[in-house]
Amino acid sequence: MDVRNVSLSFGGVRAITDISFDVKVGEIRAIIGPNGAGKTSMLNVINGFYTPQEGTIWFHGKERKGMRPHHAVRQGIARTFQNVALFKGMSTHDNIMTGRSVHMHRNLFWQMLWHGPALAEEIEHREKVEEIIDFLEIQHIRRTPVGKLPYGLQKRVELGRALAMEPSLLLLDEPMAGMNLEEKEDMSRFIIDVNRQRGTTIALIEHDMGVVMDLSDRVVVLDYGEKIADGTPDAVKSDSRVIDAYLGVAH
Amino acid sequence: MLYRTAGQFKTSYAADHALFPVRQDAWLLGVILLFAFVIFPLTASEFTFKALLTPVLVYSLAALGLNILTGYAGQLSLGTGAFMGVGAYACFKLITIFPEMNVLVAILASGFFSAAVGVAFGLPSLRIKGFYLAIATLAAQFFLVWLFEKWAWLCNYSSSGSIQVPTVEMFGTPVFGPNALAIVQYYFVLGVVALITIAAINITRGRIGRMWKAVRDMDIAAELVGINLMKAKLSAFAVSSYVVGVAGALFVFLWRGAAEPVAFDIALSFRVLFIAIIGGLGSVLGNFLGAILIVALPVILNTLPATFGIPISSAMVEHLNTMIVGALIIAILVIEPHGLARFWQIIREKLIMWPFPH
Repeated sequence: MDVRNVSLSFGGVRAITDISFDVKVGEIRAIIGPNGAGKTSMLNVINGFYTPQEGTIWFHGKERKGMRPHHAVRQGIARTFQNVALFKGMSTHDNIMTGRSVHMHRNLFWQMLWHGPALAEEIEHREKVEEIIDFLEIQHIRRTPVGKLPYGLQKRVELGRALAMEPSLLLLDEPMAGMNLEEKEDMSRFIIDVNRQRGTTIALIEHDMGVVMDLSDRVVVLDYGEKIADGTPDAVKSDSRVIDAYLGVAH
Repeated sequence: MLYRTAGQFKTSYAADHALFPVRQDAWLLGVILLFAFVIFPLTASEFTFKALLTPVLVYSLAALGLNILTGYAGQLSLGTGAFMGVGAYACFKLITIFPEMNVLVAILASGFFSAAVGVAFGLPSLRIKGFYLAIATLAAQFFLVWLFEKWAWLCNYSSSGSIQVPTVEMFGTPVFGPNALAIVQYYFVLGVVALITIAAINITRGRIGRMWKAVRDMDIAAELVGINLMKAKLSAFAVSSYVVGVAGALFVFLWRGAAEPVAFDIALSFRVLFIAIIGGLGSVLGNFLGAILIVALPVILNTLPATFGIPISSAMVEHLNTMIVGALIIAILVIEPHGLARFWQIIREKLIMWPFPH
């Protein structure tokens, strides 16, 4: 995926100014920056929630124009949210099954009959969902309404729902926010496994620098809507503008 | 003890997707169906059919329709009464224009008209939600009732402005009209309600039901998992209005026998909404529980004091009914927002665990 010269503004507020970067197939790409740097806006642009005023997004070598988020999902872009956005009234299993909606096609008539093609499709996708449930080790909460789950598990279910879409590009918005050390380690493991086993390209936003430096292949750093650095974790860590942005500059 | 699930194992996903994973639930439903299909018809009087059984079924169906829209898809509607009216008027026009049409076909076809009207009035839901949408559907309610009054073609220019149900036969037995037997009408309504309920259960537990629930719980997230909001909302309006329309046709043709436009006014919308809320939003079972409560309450209030020899005027019964229903709605909203259906769920869970607390 390729982001070329994207700018986004809300009225007079410029959220993103002329940013370009690329995400290569199969890598883990981190987007970091201080609060309000435009990271989440960047993700929203990538998955079609916002339309940038300037610039273009290229995905799989094709330019994307004026699209809705559900089109992005069809093309293989899935995401999770900073503040968990699960369907609270539904069980873990149903949440992940909802993620498979895009791959299910039986129409209203077959759904009414239930037995026959609709059930066959349901079971076929149930198997895929169970694979994900096994992978994320959430078998024991399969039937629990997600509203009752602790935060760490909710994050995991959300990752499961995103995986159910079988994305080629997975956008993770602060997957480890509000977690304790153990949960962070688990989540890091899952992210690496998703990347290695499923070959999913991942773009993630994260504030925990230790995690970012360990997980990611390349890092792009934003500050006040502008790109200030781009490169491997080591290169970014020693970049003077990045250090200034995070620690501030002496006046 | 009765509800012990030990020893019931699932070895395939198909078994796990069964409607009743717990065997006792299926038995319980079997008993209820036995009552509905055999025992009630054998024992009930004409009055019981007309005042209790048929109304419960008709209101359950109407509430089921509303529940699909409000409980599953999360789109608040106050236009149920008017959509029932569309179904009733459509059915009336169908059987007067095509007198040889099978009545079952006429009833089921009239739902399509209300579905179309429902989709048209559901269009605002793509832009507005919550209370603002409720107001938009309220506009549908007033507009449609006004239309029923003013458009004389709808009631075939009858001087009273109301629809009079003619006698129509199906397979030689009168089903509509004053000559029809109450038991025939009851079986007819029971059949239609059972059919639509099964279809509704199947839709709500499959892909489309999950889509609706996703839109209800968080529409932005639903869009970002690839759900087309427009399709999901309008399909909910279509299916809901279809069911409500069929309920409206049953309401007039198999229960009331005649209807004026006023019968479909906002009071009917609210009654159906109350049934759905008391029964439990987002549940199929709840509609039946709610309807039983709302229909049976005035009948019980009418007969109970008399059997104890307490003199009570019919106006007093009316007042008592209103007060109790009002108090119940407030109590249920406070104690258990998911209604009677959730009460049953809690009881069931306790029974499965019994005698252990966890």
